[in-house]
Amino acid sequence: MSAKKEFSVKWGMAIDLDKCTGCGACMVACQAENNLAPQADASNKRRVMNWLVVYELSNGKAFPDHEVAYLPRPCQQCAEQPCATVCPVVATERNEEGGIVSQVTPRCIGCRYCMAACPYHARYFNWFDPIWPKGMEKALTPDVSMRPRGVVEKCTFCHHRFMQAKDVLRTKGIDVYTRAVDGKHHCAIPENGYVTSCAEACPNGAIVFGDLNNPAHKVYQLVTGNDNAFRLLERLGTDTAVYYISSREWVRRLGDNYLPDEETQKPQQILPKKH
Amino acid sequence: MEINYNRPIDADLFPEGASRCSFTQFSLWMGFLTAILLVGLYAMFLVFRYGIGVTHLDDHFGFGLWITFDLAVIALGAGAFFTGLLRYILNIDPLKNIINLAVIFGFICYTGAMLVLVLDIGQPLRSWFGYWHANVHSMLTEVIFCITCYCIVLIIEYIPLIFEQKQLNRIPLLHHIAHNLHVTMPLFAGMGAFLSTFHQGSLGGMYGVLFGRPYAFRDGFFIWPWTFFLFVLSAAASGPMMTVLVGTIMEKCTGKKLISFDIKALMGKIAGTMLLVYLVFKFLDTGAWIMSIAPRSGLEFDQFFHGWIYGKWLLVAELLLCGVLPCVILLKKNLRENPALLYTAGLLDCAGITINRYVLTVQTLAFPSLPFEQWQTYAPNWVEWAPCFMVFAYAAVLLSLSYRYLPVFPQEKQLNG
Repeated sequence: MSAKKEFSVKWGMAIDLDKCTGCGACMVACQAENNLAPQADASNKRRVMNWLVVYELSNGKAFPDHEVAYLPRPCQQCAEQPCATVCPVVATERNEEGGIVSQVTPRCIGCRYCMAACPYHARYFNWFDPIWPKGMEKALTPDVSMRPRGVVEKCTFCHHRFMQAKDVLRTKGIDVYTRAVDGKHHCAIPENGYVTSCAEACPNGAIVFGDLNNPAHKVYQLVTGNDNAFRLLERLGTDTAVYYISSREWVRRLGDNYLPDEETQKPQQILPKKH
Repeated sequence: MEINYNRPIDADLFPEGASRCSFTQFSLWMGFLTAILLVGLYAMFLVFRYGIGVTHLDDHFGFGLWITFDLAVIALGAGAFFTGLLRYILNIDPLKNIINLAVIFGFICYTGAMLVLVLDIGQPLRSWFGYWHANVHSMLTEVIFCITCYCIVLIIEYIPLIFEQKQLNRIPLLHHIAHNLHVTMPLFAGMGAFLSTFHQGSLGGMYGVLFGRPYAFRDGFFIWPWTFFLFVLSAAASGPMMTVLVGTIMEKCTGKKLISFDIKALMGKIAGTMLLVYLVFKFLDTGAWIMSIAPRSGLEFDQFFHGWIYGKWLLVAELLLCGVLPCVILLKKNLRENPALLYTAGLLDCAGITINRYVLTVQTLAFPSLPFEQWQTYAPNWVEWAPCFMVFAYAAVLLSLSYRYLPVFPQEKQLNG
């Protein structure tokens, strides 16, 4: 396995599950933004293309103790990716400042090994040709490439918006990155200059997006030292960039597999205090 | 010249001194196989025309019957590399009587698996990207390298057999090519053993490295998970027995003795020895999986199984019924020298390895990797089955043609007096 790459900027999310109502606006926004073709028959949920899925969690208790929570699941953008290491053709890798795991669909051969490797089920295959009903093609996002059938795709943290944010700076003559005395890159993109479509669409502000390494960013403040924060399948060591927050212990416990006698764990990785 | 009308029309093409069924009977058999091939070709057409969506594969089961089939036939086709290794490198001379069959069957298995792989990948025209954009960290890259290279080795091993066909061998150039390839065969057998060992291992490694899938994930040695070594050993344990079974089926179909029983028993002894070595490591591996990987992943052993479809019976069948039992039969001289027991042990041995490939492919994906998920089930549809049966029919066609026209079995003349 290749060595883990660390970046000065690490785009990430904090999703407050106590605020999420499961409305699905994030899913719809993601589909529209990223040119996901509508499906004539979406009854088979294992065939539906959703880069972001909202799961319903249950505490498993009977009324009146029954509780539910909703968990939006984009690609977790792992620093230790189960997927990128297995791709035979380097069609997916984490090799750019910001730490987003790329998906190079023109190079993907469609072997689906990455899908077998991803425990988050964040990867989707184009089983048929994507078809847009007449007129819908006018609503396509011009900056997002269309994908043909036979390739795998996934959430990219709306990477095209990252590119747009960098373009905005460049047109103003501002360097995107400056190297500080500590040798690290500092990104000049302001906190609201690059936001994913799901975070933008969430009516409750449950999804917060930003640089997990930047103490000035809200996402950093939300997850650093927060005992209610957790990541999915933390014990696998995937070191994901998506944090979840819940004050409910049963929700946090559902974030990982635990033996009956084990206590629910706190986030294992302490985020750096200083950028 | 007087013509003997009682001989089949193509009798001049038969191996020296061999008798074969009539051409009409052979044509009917070929016609039956062609019908199966056509159904498979129609399924292939549907996949290429409309996409892999015509199968029952989905985003949860990106791997299914086709990958299981590929892994199984590549393991069962390992008789070619392993018998070649024993015959040409370790000089176990009696194996010369079965090596031709092992090579042909290996060729069929590998080309058949590659045919199904072409269907299984979404962009077959990009297959060469495995070489062009190779990811050196991926086990699958190594599989792509070694399988394609080994396929070339198998073609080189098959060619002299074709050129030894009675009429072709009269052409001096083909005769000399066949002769010289025979002389250099130990080199190709060595290359085949090297390539085959590594891709059998890498196929196992493909699963062992899936650290997000605790059902398949294994620790290992350096960059190789234990499944790497287990796949090599299990292929060597089952490949020779599959070759024996194929030879025996051909004997039943043709009504002739083609391989003497002592050769089959020798193959059984070799397979049994390899099976014993494999099982020792497999039991250690299973123990480590239960005692170490499961609790480390926050899981209890029972959580790896679900209902009847993914129940513990599969593990018991794989390790005991299709592992320990055939191993005992193959290792005990008096048992393996009973034909019925030898063939039963061979069937169980091959079934056990197939179960292993199946559970690592399908049960790994069926297992709910997220704690708030449920188990998922998978059943292939006819579009997935048809190409598999097409490969069986392709195997029958190639074996039938080879048996009819090529000198595959050196003992045939002697055994049928």
